[in-house]
Amino acid sequence: MNPIDPQLPPGDPLVMLGLLASAILFAVGIVGFLSRRNMITMFLCTELMFQGAGLAMISYGRQHMDLSGQVFVIFILTVAAAEAALALGLVVLLYRRKETLSAEAWKELAES
Amino acid sequence: MIAAPAMLSSVLALAEGPLDAHAAPELRWAGLALLLPLVSGVLCLFCGWMKVRSKLPAALTIAALGGAFATILRLQGAVGETPVVINLFDWISWTWGDGSRFHGFTANVDLYIDRLTIFWMLFVTGLGTLIALYASEYMESDVGKGYTRFFGAVSIFLFAMGCLVMGGNLVMLYLGWEGVGLASYLLIGYYFTKPEAVAAAKKAFIVNRIGDLGLALALFLIWQCYGTVEYAALWKAIEAAPASSEWTAQAIPWLLMLGAFGKSAQLPLYVWLPDAMEGPTPVSALIHAATMVTAGVYLIARMFPLFIVNPDALAAVAWVGGLTALLAATIGMAQYDMKRIWAYSTISQLGYMFLGLGVGTTFGASYHVFTHAFFKALLFLTAGAVMHGFAGQLDIRKLSGLLKVPGFRLVSLLAVLGCFWLAAFPFTAAFFSKDEILVSAFTAKDERVHVLGWIGLVVAALTAYYTFRVGFRVFFGPVKYEPGDEHHGHDGHDDHAHGSHGASAAHGGHGHHGEFHPHGPRWAIRVPLVLIAVGAILAGWPSYRTMLNHDEPNWVKTQIAQSSAYQGVAADSHGSHDDHAAAATAAGADQAHADHGHLVLGMDAHTAVGRLGSLACIAGILVSLYLHLINRGAADALRRTLMGSIATRWIVVGAERKWLVDEFYDWVIRLPLRVIANILGAIDDLLLDAGIVNGIGALPAAFGRLFRPLYGGVVQGYAVTMAGGVALVAAWVIWIWLRGAN
Repeated sequence: MNPIDPQLPPGDPLVMLGLLASAILFAVGIVGFLSRRNMITMFLCTELMFQGAGLAMISYGRQHMDLSGQVFVIFILTVAAAEAALALGLVVLLYRRKETLSAEAWKELAES
Repeated sequence: MIAAPAMLSSVLALAEGPLDAHAAPELRWAGLALLLPLVSGVLCLFCGWMKVRSKLPAALTIAALGGAFATILRLQGAVGETPVVINLFDWISWTWGDGSRFHGFTANVDLYIDRLTIFWMLFVTGLGTLIALYASEYMESDVGKGYTRFFGAVSIFLFAMGCLVMGGNLVMLYLGWEGVGLASYLLIGYYFTKPEAVAAAKKAFIVNRIGDLGLALALFLIWQCYGTVEYAALWKAIEAAPASSEWTAQAIPWLLMLGAFGKSAQLPLYVWLPDAMEGPTPVSALIHAATMVTAGVYLIARMFPLFIVNPDALAAVAWVGGLTALLAATIGMAQYDMKRIWAYSTISQLGYMFLGLGVGTTFGASYHVFTHAFFKALLFLTAGAVMHGFAGQLDIRKLSGLLKVPGFRLVSLLAVLGCFWLAAFPFTAAFFSKDEILVSAFTAKDERVHVLGWIGLVVAALTAYYTFRVGFRVFFGPVKYEPGDEHHGHDGHDDHAHGSHGASAAHGGHGHHGEFHPHGPRWAIRVPLVLIAVGAILAGWPSYRTMLNHDEPNWVKTQIAQSSAYQGVAADSHGSHDDHAAAATAAGADQAHADHGHLVLGMDAHTAVGRLGSLACIAGILVSLYLHLINRGAADALRRTLMGSIATRWIVVGAERKWLVDEFYDWVIRLPLRVIANILGAIDDLLLDAGIVNGIGALPAAFGRLFRPLYGGVVQGYAVTMAGGVALVAAWVIWIWLRGAN
């Protein structure tokens, strides 16, 4: 451990809460992604996992008393906004092709 | 192409040429004889490019060749007894070390003008012009198609031959040599949609390449032994050191011989010439008479100083010549295709020429080349006229009595005249030239070659027989003919399109093609034929003059005597050829007579050979007369009799199937080559292509196939893989952490 790095003592309740929340968010996202077929839902689930990861960053930033984690997350949010627009646009296009939102419909893109 | 302007400027820069002081100023124009065919070749190229659809290429070629002929005629009067070297422009000049004799290589674009050169160019350009004129009508059905290509190739042919004959060094000779090979390939394969023509063209080219290898090696060895490839310097070097016993010097004549045998269709490389008649007939005439096959004789005559120091090589030349003459004559007796018979007769006559060279009479050989050029051109061109008129018919069993077919009287008369000349009928030109060769064979110092004189006499009889076999069958007897199945040499033009001459010639009589009208040739075919016939008659002129006045030297002998073909004799320590020594000092015919000490059958050699030759010729003609005119059934009966007995059957089958030489080459050379090629091909296919190249290509695909099941198209599947991966990584981290904690 870096002695210059000012750090909260382990087990800070706020940090632990944040990490727990981020773990729950990520788990919900991954379960949702694996269990649903609707492309919009699946996309929302990826957003959930995304935010879980962001929350973890903020929590660890707090642990280390460093603002970089929060700055990083703000950048990620802006990029994610753009990416969300792109992804939803893709979903709209895919829907127009097959009149369905199911990811199953695009199985033909398989390698084998 | 780039050379042309430079050449022009040096030709036109009259006073600047480094001419010898004694040379006549006309010699400066010698370059024109090379330049004009080249220019017409280039113009034909442009004609092809501009898609000219007229007879312009023919006109250009005829004009250029005529100009070259005029140049040579002009030079003929001007050339003196000493050779003149005319530098057109400098080309290769390398030196290394101190630049002394063996430390440099010079090959400029020089012309070596002596009487041998001019003598050769006289009939090359003269006959070339007439044959081009003939071809302008013969090929007219191809106007707008291959016409330009044909005349372009003819121009290149004549240019290459000029380069070969007039070049001042062996490099130019070699270039011309290869150029002739290329042009012959283009012309023999003129009908390139016809598989036989393509095969014949390839055969001619490849067989010639074998000979060319010999020439190339000889060229290298000449430089190695004498330090120069320029004639003028070479003669000096040979004179200084005539007979080196090193194997390199000894090998030179043998290698040159190989080159000559390839180009001039001698054993063992003669097989390309009979097939070469797949080209248009004027091409056959050009190859057989003027441009190509005479190159080998020229090579040996020109390089004679190198041969004279090697009696074994000369004997080999004589034997190859004599045996080729015999073999080709026996084959010619049993063929049925008129052009094929003439092709074998060419090989046979070339055999005589090499026999002449081998027994040391470059004069006799060159004289025979000269006389042969005319009558062989005549025979081929008349055969072409017949073929042209009878829709490609050349089978002598299906043509008869053409002398009586309207429109063909002139052609037939000229063909019969050509037959008399080929048979060496007494007091024709060929009689005299053949006589020279046989006399020299009988009187040669080298006892080993005397028997070749007898072989030559036998061949003379055979020649007379097979020549008149064609003559009597085709041109005499009852009028009877079947047209060929080809409509005019493969071009499908209408028989009736220009049938004005033959319209009344409905002798046909043969039901199956009743409306066929043979059409006679027009002026552009008739004029060259008549001129060549006149040339054939006049070719004997030098001998007639010598006969009338024994003090008059034979003109041809004078020409040859004052050239390199007789040089080197003075330095010949073996002193093996009196004939040469006599001719080198004075070309008087009487002196040559006096020097033949040998007697043949108790007579002077000239008298004996003259009588025996006449006898052989007349005997051959009489046999032919009986078998092929008076009682044609007897010929077939004779064939049946011979075929009936096992003991004689091989004669007929062998001669008709050309003694199976082609088949022999197929088995001994082509088959092993084919096997090796197939083995190498299999290695290439199986090991290199299939094994290495395709194997490496297959690797990424195989790798991909390994992982392909992971990508089944179900998005959740991918997600599970990913989550599983994450879980594994997490488990590993936790395991490390737990272990660390302990």
